[in-house]
Amino acid sequence: MRQEKDKALIFELSVPGRVSYSLPELDVEEIPVDELIPAEYVRQTPANLPELAELDLVRHFTELSKRNHGVDDGFYPLGSCTMKYNPKRNEKMARIPGFASIHPLQPATSVQGALELMYKLQQELAEITGMDEVSLQPAAGAHGEWTGLMMIRAYHESRNEKRTTVIVPDTAHGTNPASATVAGYRTVTVKSNDKGGVDLDALRQVVNSDTAALMLTNPSTLGLFEDQIIEIAEIVHEAGGLLYYDGANANAILGYARPGDMGFDVVHLNLHKTFTTPHGGGGPGSGPVGVKADLIPFLPKPRVEYNEKTEEYVLNWNRPQSIGKVKGFWGNFGINVRAYSYIRTMGPDGLKRVTEDAVLNANYMMKRLSEHYDVAYNQICKHEFVLSGKRLKKEFGVKTLDVAKRLLDFGVHPPTIYFPLNVEEAIMIEPTETENKATLDSFCDTMIQIAKEAEENPDLVKNAPYSTKVNRLDETTAARSPILRYTFEG
Amino acid sequence: MNKYSYLPNTEADRKAMLDVLGVDSVEALFADIPDKARFQRELNLPKKLSELELNRYFNQLAGKNDNLEDNINFLGAGAYQHYIPSVVDAIISRSEFFTAYTPYQPEISQGVLQAIFEYQTIVCELTGMDVSNASLYDGPTAFGEAAFMACAATRRNKVLVARSVNPEYREVLKTYGYGQNIEVEEIAIENGVVDLNDLNNKLDDTIAGVFVQYPNFFGGIEDLRKLADIAHAQKALFVVSVNPIAMGLLESPGVCGADIVVGEGQALGNNISFGGPYLGMLATTKEQMRRIPGRVVGQTTDLDGRRAFVLTLQAREQHIRREKATSNICSNQALNALAATVYVSYMGKQGMQDVAKLNLQKAHYAYKRLTALPKVQALFTTPFFNEFAIKLDADITYVNRQLLEAGIVGGYDLGSTYPEYENCMLLAVTELRTKEDIDLLVERLEAIL
Repeated sequence: MRQEKDKALIFELSVPGRVSYSLPELDVEEIPVDELIPAEYVRQTPANLPELAELDLVRHFTELSKRNHGVDDGFYPLGSCTMKYNPKRNEKMARIPGFASIHPLQPATSVQGALELMYKLQQELAEITGMDEVSLQPAAGAHGEWTGLMMIRAYHESRNEKRTTVIVPDTAHGTNPASATVAGYRTVTVKSNDKGGVDLDALRQVVNSDTAALMLTNPSTLGLFEDQIIEIAEIVHEAGGLLYYDGANANAILGYARPGDMGFDVVHLNLHKTFTTPHGGGGPGSGPVGVKADLIPFLPKPRVEYNEKTEEYVLNWNRPQSIGKVKGFWGNFGINVRAYSYIRTMGPDGLKRVTEDAVLNANYMMKRLSEHYDVAYNQICKHEFVLSGKRLKKEFGVKTLDVAKRLLDFGVHPPTIYFPLNVEEAIMIEPTETENKATLDSFCDTMIQIAKEAEENPDLVKNAPYSTKVNRLDETTAARSPILRYTFEG
Repeated sequence: MNKYSYLPNTEADRKAMLDVLGVDSVEALFADIPDKARFQRELNLPKKLSELELNRYFNQLAGKNDNLEDNINFLGAGAYQHYIPSVVDAIISRSEFFTAYTPYQPEISQGVLQAIFEYQTIVCELTGMDVSNASLYDGPTAFGEAAFMACAATRRNKVLVARSVNPEYREVLKTYGYGQNIEVEEIAIENGVVDLNDLNNKLDDTIAGVFVQYPNFFGGIEDLRKLADIAHAQKALFVVSVNPIAMGLLESPGVCGADIVVGEGQALGNNISFGGPYLGMLATTKEQMRRIPGRVVGQTTDLDGRRAFVLTLQAREQHIRREKATSNICSNQALNALAATVYVSYMGKQGMQDVAKLNLQKAHYAYKRLTALPKVQALFTTPFFNEFAIKLDADITYVNRQLLEAGIVGGYDLGSTYPEYENCMLLAVTELRTKEDIDLLVERLEAIL
């Protein structure tokens, strides 16, 4: 039994009269507030905010940090999330005052370096994906998906075509159908074939003159390269639809394949996956979108462009067919600085090597684990692979959830579980290229040990974890009777 | 020696792994990519840089920008430069926070979960609302998400937005609205605040929500109570976008009758960073709790009865509901929300009031001195917080160019988005500006005009 007690909330540590902050004295003539603002606009009760001295506050947040697991703490093979190392030099670059402390609305002439960086990153992402132009405006992957679908919608409407459906495979990320809905489309799901790819016959049956686009992740969320991609592109294009590339798994293809060459018309990338920007505990990310020439007019505005005559970088707002703005200002610039730092650090050969090692690591682990867990699709994988825990469940009553919780006792963040939806008791493992062989072996050994434990002492696994600060949580009560904020006494 | 800092596999490691796989080369692992889809040449990208070269190159790029630490800044218009205590960066630089993913495994993610729970409480306190989510991308996108909520709650599909709302927010609202076939109509302004007559004329029982900003884009303080009553008379939701720094001084929208409060959280301890990453706040009433977009953290207990925190109400979200989700958003801006949480906790109950007062007083000092200049007039006479509009007798682009030569980043050119306000400038004055800074601006501006 754990000795851990409840961790106090910052509000519970508050003592009236304590302060951390220091501000300068007012250096201009003070005018009574009621002469500046009508009394009915002035706040009557101050917000109930914490009162702590600085060290108490620092200790509180430091203690919270110790109750968290990041990539720097240990292996994080969370499938489809590409939890690779987040280089320290990227953090340093983003904090240079010339990047961190510039206002987005300053005259363009006073932020030429920032615009140049954005322009070059756009160009380089276009080269990496095989697209014609890129916008850095979307804030995250899902935001990029929606932006891409809005451009697809604008494209069809510009041709006076009213198309109403977006096709997604049954293995797709949940954001794909959700983004389609938000863009005003109805989702049609197409099932996978027995090799984990899109079933071409099923696809032919659902593709028609109503099809706006097919959204595809390649390699798929099963970690398998869609080897019929050229045929798929032909089927969709023949019906007048477009192909959307969900770049969540782009770590598998750098320098080996490009969405633009596979027939995709619109692409988003997750810079917080493939391009090493930190996940931050759930954000911020960055989800640039790239398009083929036909869709350039619809890109979000403004565009960062280079004016060869004046030799200046500019923000071009004169984009009459643009879908408009999708976010405040020009995107998550600070994240884009980090991604650019990474691309410049790796160079073209380095990026290709990233993909090679990511794929090698994944295949190696899949092979090692294949004797102890069912491999969902027994073929070469790309950067990730999916196991099924159905045998452990059927024979010993040990679920995939239990295996994941047991992994916590070994200082490892568990893989993605119960996704993709078409694999029973799914365990989706993505090692990334930044992990060494000893880490991969240690994880495989642990997984094998857990499989053994499940057989010999299933309760040991079912009651895990034992070493974490808290035990498994009562999630049902949390959802049924939500407590979403601290309530002050009295 | 390895050629790449971030790639640990040596040739020996690679060979050992390939042997286990029974293949000769890594190339064999790419045999599943058909020739037609295979990229046949090298990527055309610049060669790799060592850390030393990278430092040099990035510093050179950054050096081409006039940064706000070396210049005196009066530009706001949606992104605000404030004092950021040293503690903020120290905390958000802890890699347990910044190298973690979304807290899907709560047993090893209590740190970020509890921090978000504290963030949600802080947002509720600042805005006077019942519930907050874990944050959205930024202020403008939160505005767009609020439109989805308002339309779902009222089963109507048209919203009214005041022209006193930041033009960027209105633009993003229109883009968001277009996808969902939500009609967006603008409400005229009078003396820099919502024109109540125009609002009354346009408001009927087809309107899902009335969207305003507080303080508004011109810095002016809208009469929220009156606007809430008007909106509610037609059963429309009242949606308010706030500047959180102003909440240390102004009555909270919750007390004034708001149904949804959104806002740009950047001002709370986040770098201005050329426009992002920021965080979008979104808070609402208990009635609308289950329509809230994005992540929400709730309190619960573990199996031993210990207090603990977990992502909750997930039945609304895309990974469960797919095409029926309340939004497609998947991430929040957790690290920015953490920065905001540390900032507000650091400033505390008194500090948030004091910083708001400094902004108010300094802005009014600047206003008084500037409008005393012969060629400068106040554009509006409504009460304002830390931002105000003036009319000059000169082209704003020209004025700003001159100011920058004196080391001053001037205000926002209102004529660029409001044709009727040509030659008008919007100035923000925060606690960072000293009397000397403001006096220098006045002196320079007088000389330029």
